[in-house]
Amino acid sequence: MTAILSMNQITKDFSGGVRALDGVSLEVERGHVHAICGENGAGKSTLMKVLSGVYPVGSYGGSITFENHETAYRSINDSEADGIVIIHQELALSPYLSIAENIFLGNEIATRGVVDWPKTNREATMLLARVGLDELPSTPVLELGVGKQQLVEIAKALSKQVKLLILDEPTAALNDEDSAHLLDLINSLRGQGITCIIISHKLKEIRRIADTVTIIRDGQTIETFEMKEADATEARIIRAMVGRDLDSMFPPHTPEIGDELFRVESWTVHHPVDTTRKVVDDASFSVRAGEIVGFAGLMGAGRTELAMSIFGRSYGSHISGTAFKEGKEISVKTVSEAIGHGIAYATEDRKHFGLNLIGSIAVNISAAALSKLSRFGIVDRFAENKVAEDYRGQMNIKTPNVSVLAGNLSGGNQQKVVLSKWMFSGPDILILDEPTRGIDVGAKYEIYGIINDLARQGKAVVVISSELPELLGLCDRIYAISEGTITGEIDRADATQERLMHLMTAGKD
Amino acid sequence: MSTTTPTRKRPKMRVDLRQYGILAALAVIVILFQVLTDGRLLLPGNLNNLIQQNAYVLILAVGMVIVIIAGHIDLSVGSVVAMVGAVAAISMSQWGMPWWAAVIISLLLGAAVGAWQGFWVAFVGIPAFIVTLAGMLLFRGLTLVFLTGGTINALPGEFNAIGGGWLPELFGTIGEGRGSRDILTIVLGVLAVAMLITQQVRSRAKQRKLDLPVERSVSFWIKNGVAAVVILALTFQLSAYRGTPIILIILAVLILLFTFVLNQTVFGRHVYAIGGNFFAAQMSGVKTSWINFFVFVNMGVLAGLAGVVTTARAGGAVASAGQSFELDAIAAVFIGGAAVTGGVGTVIGAVIGALIMGVLNMGLSILSVDAAWQQTIKGLVLLLAVAFDVMSKRRAGRR
Repeated sequence: MTAILSMNQITKDFSGGVRALDGVSLEVERGHVHAICGENGAGKSTLMKVLSGVYPVGSYGGSITFENHETAYRSINDSEADGIVIIHQELALSPYLSIAENIFLGNEIATRGVVDWPKTNREATMLLARVGLDELPSTPVLELGVGKQQLVEIAKALSKQVKLLILDEPTAALNDEDSAHLLDLINSLRGQGITCIIISHKLKEIRRIADTVTIIRDGQTIETFEMKEADATEARIIRAMVGRDLDSMFPPHTPEIGDELFRVESWTVHHPVDTTRKVVDDASFSVRAGEIVGFAGLMGAGRTELAMSIFGRSYGSHISGTAFKEGKEISVKTVSEAIGHGIAYATEDRKHFGLNLIGSIAVNISAAALSKLSRFGIVDRFAENKVAEDYRGQMNIKTPNVSVLAGNLSGGNQQKVVLSKWMFSGPDILILDEPTRGIDVGAKYEIYGIINDLARQGKAVVVISSELPELLGLCDRIYAISEGTITGEIDRADATQERLMHLMTAGKD
Repeated sequence: MSTTTPTRKRPKMRVDLRQYGILAALAVIVILFQVLTDGRLLLPGNLNNLIQQNAYVLILAVGMVIVIIAGHIDLSVGSVVAMVGAVAAISMSQWGMPWWAAVIISLLLGAAVGAWQGFWVAFVGIPAFIVTLAGMLLFRGLTLVFLTGGTINALPGEFNAIGGGWLPELFGTIGEGRGSRDILTIVLGVLAVAMLITQQVRSRAKQRKLDLPVERSVSFWIKNGVAAVVILALTFQLSAYRGTPIILIILAVLILLFTFVLNQTVFGRHVYAIGGNFFAAQMSGVKTSWINFFVFVNMGVLAGLAGVVTTARAGGAVASAGQSFELDAIAAVFIGGAAVTGGVGTVIGAVIGALIMGVLNMGLSILSVDAAWQQTIKGLVLLLAVAFDVMSKRRAGRR
């Protein structure tokens, strides 16, 4: 048993006193497939960035030994020279260049700056054979599906004489067939002596290919064990992944639940580009008046895609399924239709989809319901300012006045502006996607209070979150979603982090 | 809010210095040339020419600022001006239409051009740069087709008056012959000041009543005082020439109308929302395609109007009319503080930008600076104005 890599007591702090890694240790055996598991934000990606030199030596604490020498990588080039290659979840290929050009990009086979095309193509063909990709090296990458692009990335890694290949959620964007092929390839690379680190949420996948698994939670190593051990079960992994401490307090909430307000049946959404892939598969759920319903799912599970496709088909293609409000079928084909039916969706990505950052607070708050403030197409700016000032007081938005630009506010205050915007649209159904992401503890507590108030007013509230303690503290009922399928529904009384995580990682068989 | 004590300080509104920066630049340039030309820049005749010569830039800049706020560009307006001018001239000289029908045809033709370009941009999704670059060639080509017979002159006097005429001296004049002053012009100046002050005081009172933040009294009265003095001084100078240019009235209406449209209407809000963050606008239920379409229709109508004005002032239609007008308008909008990335810009900023270019033109011409150097200087001014904007934004970003 020889370790190819050992990371000892790695610590990494970010500005603002956030400790992302707090003494993580990791030993990887030569020729093993080593899986790393953990919830979103546990520190997996940060650890891999430390390893590959994205965070240069000196910016983290602890030591890393690779191939019996201590590393001091200042950039990703240094780690690649040593044979460590990382393949990110978002692929980094140039779409208009050919497969061969992409494989040797930045590493061209050339003499005095002139590319040797015959040799490039010959080498590329050999690499493609190794990864089992049956395409001509001259094919432009944009003509390939995501699965094949991933294989090109791996071929690129092989061209760099990779010794340690790191794959960050490699199957998250793949369909079942491509996933299976990729896992087979990782298996065969192991046979060729290449060590692999694979970050994954999919426990079935881990059981299938991993030799060893390490679980990280809150920037610390929880445990490492061999998958061939008798008690190496999925339940053990789940137990180690969850159990994050409750870092926030929750305001008291006594639900007064009324009749069903909103229901979605057999909702299926396909990927906007790769139309063969189902991102949401036959999802059905309902929300009652005064009820706070949670959606638990890991990143890429299809939660946001479900919400956005319901909200005026803002995501996806070939959407099918029906939506009902108060028992009557409604059409939600455009955003204005959805708003008209009293649906509001506060997006996960405030900066991209939520706010006009160069517009004032007042302009942002009125954006979804300008018709309420206007007559004959003319906006009553005094009334608009009055409304914005009212929300500033009511929501405790910390700003001298409402003509301040939204881009100048802190994350918590920006979120309050987004919530104000949707509250002013007068919705019956509010879908809040990661409402407390990137927000400090104090603002989180305030936002929980606002969510409770909305429920008390008889609105149906849907909260999408990847933080399990948040869902358990806030929701009356929780749906779990995994790989686009709703895998379970749990009442508040019966919900535990372990049960939820079990459902959230329950992949297709 | 009902517990407000009388001593409580009302929140004060901060003054947006960026807006005043451009205004200050205009003032500096005016004073500079006034000194360099020994006071000839603001002589009544020159002031009148400044307005009549630059009317087309002002009209186009008002449309262009909306296009640019929405995140697009329109390169075709110069060619549209030429084509509309040609059709207007043909409609009067060959089809025997009265001048007012020619104006209506021109505006409708402009709207049709805008709808054509808006269709490709908004519904097909072709970048405006490409669509209007094609339009620039297309409409210039059509102009040449329409004007195969050469230049069309001898247009009706009423039509020419739109670009180069004055309001009648309704109330007579003070004094006789040289040095006489048109009373109507002075009356209009006083009326404009009265309207400005009334509107400002009213809106301030309403802000107070609704307990919204108001500007400090000192800066409020200084600002309006300066504006009043400038308006009165300009109209007083104009009255000594041939009175109020008709085009000045058209410009005033356009500026007021489009300031109102951008600030006070749902349409205007949606334009800013699309330019500020297209996806956020879409997710707020804004009908982004239709807004983009109407932005181009509006630009088309204004380009049509600029075509009328240009043809009227020239007294005829030529195929080479409107050459590089699009660049003047775009330059004016950017000097006026609009953002290249969209979402930011004002009508009044664009107007000031156009005036800066106009004063530069006029001042350099009075000083008989070579045309080649005039171009060079204008190019540098544009670059510096946008560089100043980019750098001040970066400084604001660091803060």
